[in-house]
Amino acid sequence: MSLARADMAARPILEVSGLSLAFGGLRALSDVSFTVPEEAITAVIGPNGAGKTSLFNTISGFYRPQAGSIIFAGENLQGVRAPQRAARGLARTFQNIALFRGMTVLDNIKLGRHAHMRTGVLDALLYWGRAQKEELELRAEIEERIIDFLEIQHIRDAAVGTLSYGLQKRVELARALAMRPRILMLDEPVAGMNREETEDMARFILDVKEEWGVTILMVEHDMGMVMDISDHVVVLNFGQVIASGTPREVQGNEAVIAAYLGSGDVGEIARRIKAEAA
Amino acid sequence: MRIGTLKTSYGADEALFDSSVQRGLLVLLALGAVAFPFVASPYWLFLACLCAINVASATGLNLLTGYTGLVSLGQAAFMSVGAYAVAVLEIRLGTPFLLNLLIGAALAAVIGILVGIPSLRVKGLYLAIATIAASVILHFLFSHWSLTGEARGLSMPPASLFGYVIDQPFTLYWLIMPVTCLMVLGAANLLRTRIGRAFIAIRDRDISAEVLGIPLLRYKLTSFAISSFYAGLAGGLWAYFFRVVTPESFPLVNSIFYLAAIIVGGMGTILGGILGAVFMTLVPELLKFAANWLTPIYPDALAALAPVRTIVFGGLIVGFLIFEPRGLAEIWRRVRRFFHLWPFRT
Amino acid sequence: MDMLFLAEVALAGLGAGALYALTGVAFVLIYKATRVVNLAIGEILMLGGYAFLGFAAGLGLSPWIALPLAIAAGGVFGWVVERSLIRPMLGENPISVFMVTIGLGSILAGAVQLAWGADPLRLPEFLPGTPIFIGDAYLAPKVAFGFAAAAVVIGLFLALFRFSRGGVALKATAADQGAAYSVGIDVPRVFSIAWILACATAAGAGVLVGAIGGISPTMGVFGLSVLVVVIIGGLDSLAGALVGGLLIGLVEALAGTFLGGEFKLVVTFALLLVLLMVRPYGLFGTHEIERL
Ligand SMILES: Nc1ncnc2c1ncn2[C@@H]1O[C@H](COP(=O)(O)OP(=O)(O)OP(=O)(O)O)[C@@H](O)[C@H]1O
Ligand SMILES: [Mg+2]
Repeated sequence: MSLARADMAARPILEVSGLSLAFGGLRALSDVSFTVPEEAITAVIGPNGAGKTSLFNTISGFYRPQAGSIIFAGENLQGVRAPQRAARGLARTFQNIALFRGMTVLDNIKLGRHAHMRTGVLDALLYWGRAQKEELELRAEIEERIIDFLEIQHIRDAAVGTLSYGLQKRVELARALAMRPRILMLDEPVAGMNREETEDMARFILDVKEEWGVTILMVEHDMGMVMDISDHVVVLNFGQVIASGTPREVQGNEAVIAAYLGSGDVGEIARRIKAEAA
Repeated sequence: MRIGTLKTSYGADEALFDSSVQRGLLVLLALGAVAFPFVASPYWLFLACLCAINVASATGLNLLTGYTGLVSLGQAAFMSVGAYAVAVLEIRLGTPFLLNLLIGAALAAVIGILVGIPSLRVKGLYLAIATIAASVILHFLFSHWSLTGEARGLSMPPASLFGYVIDQPFTLYWLIMPVTCLMVLGAANLLRTRIGRAFIAIRDRDISAEVLGIPLLRYKLTSFAISSFYAGLAGGLWAYFFRVVTPESFPLVNSIFYLAAIIVGGMGTILGGILGAVFMTLVPELLKFAANWLTPIYPDALAALAPVRTIVFGGLIVGFLIFEPRGLAEIWRRVRRFFHLWPFRT
Repeated sequence: MDMLFLAEVALAGLGAGALYALTGVAFVLIYKATRVVNLAIGEILMLGGYAFLGFAAGLGLSPWIALPLAIAAGGVFGWVVERSLIRPMLGENPISVFMVTIGLGSILAGAVQLAWGADPLRLPEFLPGTPIFIGDAYLAPKVAFGFAAAAVVIGLFLALFRFSRGGVALKATAADQGAAYSVGIDVPRVFSIAWILACATAAGAGVLVGAIGGISPTMGVFGLSVLVVVIIGGLDSLAGALVGGLLIGLVEALAGTFLGGEFKLVVTFALLLVLLMVRPYGLFGTHEIERL
């Protein structure tokens, strides 16, 4: 608890304030504000349709908000386009896996490094000097730091379409790691996984935070995992932040329990929250 | 030192041809290509040159359509830009032919970029139609501009190197074949780098590619530029090969031909572009043989040749798409696997 | 400028445009129901013209019997194509499917040339020949007939889609195939019917086009103008095909008269490029929103 407090006191790497996003008449986000402290795990939770993915998409630069600001590492991201945001260290995974099916696992991971490479068309056509050097260095780094770390040596040459759902999620994480993240945004990293895969993923996320010193912002419905590994929780409902704080603080919050119950999202989750609290 | 170890550990893995069998085959092929002009008749040399030109253009289109997923029905029009540029330069300025080829290709690339600009906003058929529109406009321009000889087109002198004239199939072969090989090699190289990965990412899921750090417009335009550079270069070679360039030299159906070639060969594989272009170039010749052979039995065979070619052309597109959508490259892969496993088949 | 002459040119343009619109409606019908871009539409139109010739001149039937037969032949052809070529391609990427239709177009053009030769042919006269004047402006009777026929057929289609159960099924399928399936709409049947209706329509349009200008194996290029029409109108909009057809007919007539025949294509395609820049999904087409 004291540790979490200390983390929150640290300078935030990401500050979202007053963010509003509407699709026609539908207000996906209204006046959303929160901060993400550096080198900690922040979870965004909320019932289905609460606007979590929309929030991620807005931070990534895929949607343009109608109002509000996003400050990343001291820089206002307004007017910075999605690819440049990625280059600045905003890496992410997707709720509906977005791997490139025409590429092997290895190439998918390599793609993550795109924004940090320099190879131009001429270098590439000749595959001489810079292009070759860059490719070989990238290969070595991915093999030694990412593939070994995530234990996916055996599938590196596989076509992504042939992999199980859990492995695909892991490859997505690998690709995000190849992006040289300063903040890693994970959209439901363990959705659809079995117990064992979930535990593996939780371990990887913790290791990334601790060994790589990367800040983590994740959306997750698995309350057990959220309560276990996150330092800070933000709760969204109908596009609004209804609570935020440490996992313990959020668990007891009446509004949060009501939101989950009221959403018809089954009492299951509320029960889980209570069970974890006990 | 570190680079040295890198090479030994992953360099072999990252090589273009990873097995010794493949490399052996390649050497054989290269030897064959060098020996070919000394044994082949001018007719076969002529066909070889035509195949090579089509391979060059199809490979370019493959980068754009097969790898980046942007459909273009303008490849022939981009070739015409290269061909006209070469012809005009050769006639008006008499500059060295390699320079002419490069200028023609660069000009085609610039036009390609212009045509590609709508690609950020429009996709699929809308884009394909935009490329047709560009072809129509280019055709109109070439058939009305005095510089390009209006409807009559241009006849041009042959290429020459230090006073040595390149105008026979034998000598043209030594110009066209090496250029095509370099182009194919360049395309294969490109695909091993971040640029090739960006292309494939755009093809597979362009919106997520953008969030992963790939500026869409830049890479779509890069793809258009490279593809039309290839077309322009192929068109330039074509001009030196036939030495007459008219507005009807590069009709819309030729653009369809290149699209058909990469479909029949196998979209999104370098080998597919090569196999498809060669195959589609040779099929009409094959039909001509058949017609000649049939004439004694069926006197109208030669008259039926043109429509039969059209039918076969369409039939190949339809047949491959339905029965072997991954094209000749896939068939070749299966054959190879068969021989790999041959003694141990179960 | 001579206003009367202008009016006559405009009328002729609208007449030609009605046939573009009719064929465009056939195109849109297929696209709406099946998401297939049918680039063989021009060749199917050509097939209609030749089928009519076959029935009328070949078998010596009265043109008024040959006409419905040609339309029916188009429908049967559409059914066969849908079953044998399009259905196996279900779920393939759109590029492959539209290349199949390009291949089909090539096969048809070759087959027609093989059967009837490469030279242009005239269809037996059957349309009324009395000159028609609108005000003082002369309108060729065949063109007027084509316009009237196209207007009736398009009107029928529009009414059909608005008011019949089949129209509802089509709209539902167009909006969301999976959802349509789950509420009990026989989606494969909708596909078949769309192809049958569209190809029958195109074949009928082919007879009209052929009656006005003759038929030849290269008549498929008519499809190129139709393509411009549907892109300008929006691929999935019947109203768009109508407006686009009339617009392109008019523009071609004006360009052809005042600039010269070779300007027709280039002017319409230039117009198309400009429009694509401003409205990437045509005048009335729906823009599909993408989600991450
Ligand atoms: N591109 C879009 N166009 C229109 N509406 C959208 C779009 N994207 C999301 N929405 C709507 O915005 C709301 C929030 O969606 P979002 O995907 O952000 O929810 P979520 O919290 O991620 O839900 P889940 O837990 O189910 O993933 C939903 O009502 C959704 O339908
Ligand atoms: Mg979500």
